[in-house]
Amino acid sequence: MIDLQGIHKSYPVGKGKLHVLKGIDLHIGAGEMVSIMGSSGSGKSTLMNVMGILDDYDEGEYLLDRHRIRNLSERKAAGYRNKLLGFVFQSFNLIPFKNAMENVALPLYYQGVPRRKRNEIALTYLEKVGLVDWAEHRPSELSGGQQQRVAIARALISEPKVILADEPTGALDTTTSYEVMAVLRDINREGTSIVIVTHEHDISHMTDRLIHLTDGRIESDEPVPSPVDPRSVAAAAPGVAESA
Amino acid sequence: MFDLDKWQEILDTIRANKLRTLLTGFSVAWGIFMLIILLGSGNGLANGIEYQFRDDAVNSIWVFGGQTSLPHRGLAPGRQIRFKAGDFAAVRDGVDGVEHITARYYPQGSLTVSYGSEYGTYDIRSVHPDHQYLEKTIVKNGRFLNEVDQEQFRKVAAIGQKVEQGLFKGRSSIGEYININGIPFKVVGTFEDAGSESENEKIYLPISTSERIFAGDKRYRNIMFTVGDAGLVESQGIAQDTRAVLAQRMRFSEDDERAVFVRNNVEEFQRFVSLMAGIRVFIWVIGIGTILAGVVGVSNIMMIVVQERTREIGVRKALGATPWSIVSLVLQESIFITAIAGYFGLVLGVFLLELVSENLPASDFFVNPNVNLQLAIVATVLLVTAGAIAGFFPARKAAGIRPVEALRDE
Ligand SMILES: Nc1ncnc2c1ncn2[C@@H]1O[C@H](COP(=O)(O)OP(=O)(O)O)[C@@H](O)[C@H]1O
Ligand SMILES: [Mg+2]
Repeated sequence: MIDLQGIHKSYPVGKGKLHVLKGIDLHIGAGEMVSIMGSSGSGKSTLMNVMGILDDYDEGEYLLDRHRIRNLSERKAAGYRNKLLGFVFQSFNLIPFKNAMENVALPLYYQGVPRRKRNEIALTYLEKVGLVDWAEHRPSELSGGQQQRVAIARALISEPKVILADEPTGALDTTTSYEVMAVLRDINREGTSIVIVTHEHDISHMTDRLIHLTDGRIESDEPVPSPVDPRSVAAAAPGVAESA
Repeated sequence: MFDLDKWQEILDTIRANKLRTLLTGFSVAWGIFMLIILLGSGNGLANGIEYQFRDDAVNSIWVFGGQTSLPHRGLAPGRQIRFKAGDFAAVRDGVDGVEHITARYYPQGSLTVSYGSEYGTYDIRSVHPDHQYLEKTIVKNGRFLNEVDQEQFRKVAAIGQKVEQGLFKGRSSIGEYININGIPFKVVGTFEDAGSESENEKIYLPISTSERIFAGDKRYRNIMFTVGDAGLVESQGIAQDTRAVLAQRMRFSEDDERAVFVRNNVEEFQRFVSLMAGIRVFIWVIGIGTILAGVVGVSNIMMIVVQERTREIGVRKALGATPWSIVSLVLQESIFITAIAGYFGLVLGVFLLELVSENLPASDFFVNPNVNLQLAIVATVLLVTAGAIAGFFPARKAAGIRPVEALRDE
């Protein structure tokens, strides 16, 4: 699904440049659930941005679902982002003046789906993340966990092949983090590849494969021995089920 | 083309920024309002000037006798120049380009006019039949003076409608006889005049009859004629020819500016026309300047809006928004705000002009300030263009936003 070969990227800093990705080779297959860890500044977000076609790279080759991603026009990039990718951000990035349903429906707007139809679809995805009763609420009226679940529903609505989540639980407390992970796990079971950047070990142990990034290189890339089911942990924690 | 969703998007963002939108709109509305008021006032001024010229034919030349100021062929300066019938005929027959021509002769002393027991003093002008073209006299009943009256020295009169009202008290005057200094004149017609009220208080008599009856000084006050559709230069030539013909006949120097006075109304009118054109250009310059200021205001505010919405635009791009969808969002919002606000200013300006127009005390210099449909259309086109210009730079900035920059967590 995602094929990275010898990816290099540097940022211009002052007169010189900062070499951030120093030859990344990475293959992520369909239906995988992968976490990326690494110290701050190791290049995790940069890697995610390259994979998300939000940023370009200097060297190497990137195939996304067999499409070569290189020097794309903005239009084409927009198309791939819309059809193949779903994004979940640390700070949710919901549009403040739209309600939950409209936020979720937005990717379909860019596909030209008529308003009524896309709002209908948005409701089914809100149901999936357990927020159908909050459809008419603005983001500011939702808790952090709820906002992130709305964001996940939004990432899902275009039925992408890959979901890229950069520290999706970074702004959430432990219990809510597990709930969000439970939702992501369910999605993954339905066949969507998921890549999660995190610096929390318990989160990374809820994925099937763990990649360590150090100073722009992949230091290790191993399967997680026995992935934790976030639902079981969430259920064990008292009062979690209702805290939605 | 009509994308309901896009409008929904625009209304959403406008609703989210009510105050800012209001302030933006105000600057544009003000610009258009000012433009409309200025243009309307300009039209009022133009109408006023046109009104001034409505009294008389604008394609006319008036010649008045004066006093010689230069010695000429042994004649000392200081001679009075007064036209007589022969001079009139010389101009009529000797100057090319003369269309309708008349002289004016005023009998001396004040003449009383009466009908039955009704008396009045009215201005009595003795003229040639063509006079009606010079004054734009509009015959209401009967007819104006004609050549037969002139040739047969008929004692007939054409009277203004005010005269008829004054002497006949609502009855018809046609065929009745009025007395002028005791001499009966038959009323052959009544008229109204587009000019000022006093033009309706005149009595016209055939100049031949008048000369014979009121005797005394047989000199004319002035000679006046129209020049058809002669242009400015042509009319100036005709004026010059007239001067030459008279100079030859009456023996004064052609260079003697004071011997006869020639008023070329074509020239006068032309002067006002170019004055008006100047005023109009001035108004447009100011008006466009005001609108431009509004446009810059909108542009600035949209720029800030785009700046503030950087993250949102980044999110949209991450979700699959094409650059064009972002550009058109900003452009459309800009055009929408300017169009609505501008239209508001337009309507308000037109409304105010109407109000002024209706309540304005009668003035000859400022008449019926208004804007026409054509102008409203021009203003509307101007508005949409202005909106597009105002939105252009912000839209380009928005399209250039890179999602990575927008989405970076601080
Ligand atoms: N746009 C940029 N310009 C310059 N330097 C950048 C830019 N984005 C990231 N960096 C630098 O690149 C390095 C890697 O950043 P990032 O990928 O965000 O790391 P991580 O997400 O692993 O914390 C950091 O040193 C960061 O300061
Ligand atoms: Mg990061």
